[in-house]
Amino acid sequence: MARKITYQQAINEALDQEMSRDPTVIVMGEDNAGGAGAPGEDDAWGGVLGVTKGLYHKHPGRVLDTPISESGFIGAAVGAACNGLRPVAELMFVDFLGVCLDQIFNQAAKFRYMFGGKAKTPVVIRTMYGAGFRAAAQHSQCLYNIFTHIPGLKVVVPSNPYDAKGLLIQSIRDNDPVIFMEHKVLYTMQGEVPEESYAIPFGEANVLREGHDVTVVAIGRMVNFASEAAAAAQKKGVHCEVIDPRTTSPLDEDTLLESVEKTGRLVVVDESHPRCSMASDIAGLVAQKAFGALKAPIEQVTAPHVPVPFSDALEDLYVPGAARIEAAIMKVREYR
Amino acid sequence: MTTTLNREDLLRAYRTMRTIREFEERVHTDFASGEIPGFVHLYAGEEASATGVCMHLERKDYIASTHRGHGHCIAKGVDPVGMMAEIWGKATGTCKGKGGSMHIADLSVGMLGANGIVGGGGPLICGTALAGKLKADQSVGVCFFGDGASNQGTIFEAMNLATVWNLPAIFVAENNGYAEATASNFSVACDNIADRASAFGMPGVIVDGFDFFAVHEAAGEAIERARNGGGPTLLEVKLSRYFGHFEGDQQTYRAPGEVQKLRETRDCLLQFRRRVTASGDLTHDQLDAIDADIKALIDDSVVRAKADPKPAAADLMTDVYVSY
Repeated sequence: MARKITYQQAINEALDQEMSRDPTVIVMGEDNAGGAGAPGEDDAWGGVLGVTKGLYHKHPGRVLDTPISESGFIGAAVGAACNGLRPVAELMFVDFLGVCLDQIFNQAAKFRYMFGGKAKTPVVIRTMYGAGFRAAAQHSQCLYNIFTHIPGLKVVVPSNPYDAKGLLIQSIRDNDPVIFMEHKVLYTMQGEVPEESYAIPFGEANVLREGHDVTVVAIGRMVNFASEAAAAAQKKGVHCEVIDPRTTSPLDEDTLLESVEKTGRLVVVDESHPRCSMASDIAGLVAQKAFGALKAPIEQVTAPHVPVPFSDALEDLYVPGAARIEAAIMKVREYR
Repeated sequence: MTTTLNREDLLRAYRTMRTIREFEERVHTDFASGEIPGFVHLYAGEEASATGVCMHLERKDYIASTHRGHGHCIAKGVDPVGMMAEIWGKATGTCKGKGGSMHIADLSVGMLGANGIVGGGGPLICGTALAGKLKADQSVGVCFFGDGASNQGTIFEAMNLATVWNLPAIFVAENNGYAEATASNFSVACDNIADRASAFGMPGVIVDGFDFFAVHEAAGEAIERARNGGGPTLLEVKLSRYFGHFEGDQQTYRAPGEVQKLRETRDCLLQFRRRVTASGDLTHDQLDAIDADIKALIDDSVVRAKADPKPAAADLMTDVYVSY
């Protein structure tokens, strides 16, 4: 039965249900319980924003607090995956990728290929990303495009509570290394989520709204702004098709291309920087594979090529919003 | 020094060390003739370390290795015939020719891979050890790393984590005196790598890496402690490599005659032979028979590797994901 819960609760529920179903699932990360070795309460935090709260007591011995030592424990999660466990490691902020990337892209991602198909590394790395918290340049980046570039990784970018639960369950059951990207602003987003366990397959885009004028492809939090912009465009008589790829690797190319074949006009929305981004990747894909269908240049709505600024006055300018997306929709619609 | 090793153990130890030596000498020769692609880092001279440690390990135990990994592979039970084919880039190789010398792995025997990233194995072995601990299967994990890796943050992080989680992990620092062309006397800030153990709350032990029996004994204590829940140990094995950092390295940074002197006076195989024959445990004939046997095995592995097919074009695209 579905009821309204938050994105954060959906993630917690997915972890709880998978830990109950499969004793090889473990959770580890900085303060994932919190309070280890300290004189006060245990499970004091449940993760820095409380996403893993409560799992520590429900699943004794399977929620591990770690030192602030990302290479150490992300690598340990990878090693444990090679020895029969299904670890879910939390990289608190994706920005901390800089201190553990080797274990992800040189080790986990490459084992299967380097070892001639004989390795299986079912590790999930959950990580918080995105701007909007006034968290400044080292706690606000997206970086899913970096993971998407690496063969051997799968990359998941849920845009709502329903997808967060179903995609995390799929991530845990998946036999390849998965990067599960949680937008920090979405943690409080409410949505209908079934109580029972369910998995959403990777590589299957979600078409949120059907339309024949403009295709709008958006990633993560941007999906919600794209829907808002599409609703506004609808009032002006422009019918948008809004597509959420849900996973950037694998990418559901067919759904994107079929939509552009129908509309001939594309807006890609990506909270990341413009160069070597998901926006430029999808624009390149469509330009190559649906060139004949295009009736207008592809519009990319992205953050600028600058680090994420701190001041609200600047950060609000940095993050793409519904108004910019709507303007891009009208621009491609009006192109002759 | 007394030893608890029986004759069968001694024969096994000698066979393993001789296999590594023969394998590496042969790769050295064949690389010089230009037939082996890429680059290789040879383990000759260090055989007592891999052998002395891995003699205590079972299949369920994992090891993480280094770019100089052939010896660890052989000691952990990876098939040398498949390894040779891998080094030659053949489809019949341990990793189907997709990994090469620096990435030979065989998880079915607990060999988590040679590793092209210096210090890459420390965190991984914490993970296999954690899994063993949670499964309560009494297994251990051994991370081999060099004096170069001893200065990497990953190794510090792994040693700290191993103590924090009280993991059944053993960190084996193989100090061969040189990280590429830079002496460990220069790059390691303290006198001994083992001195760092106290910083991570674990015992640190220094052992003579030319002496199989010394390595075997020290590793046995550390591994037994780990199996019984006593936590990690840092073992520094002081040894030397007979060849360059990679094949083709002219080794101008080494003292003239340095390797020759070590080969003549301290060689692990020589010392082993002297000791077990003097004690009467084994005869020269027995050891000579092993030498001949291994030479035939390695000769055959090269013949087969040369004749084996290269990977097919379609193999380029497979084995990236379990499913995608």
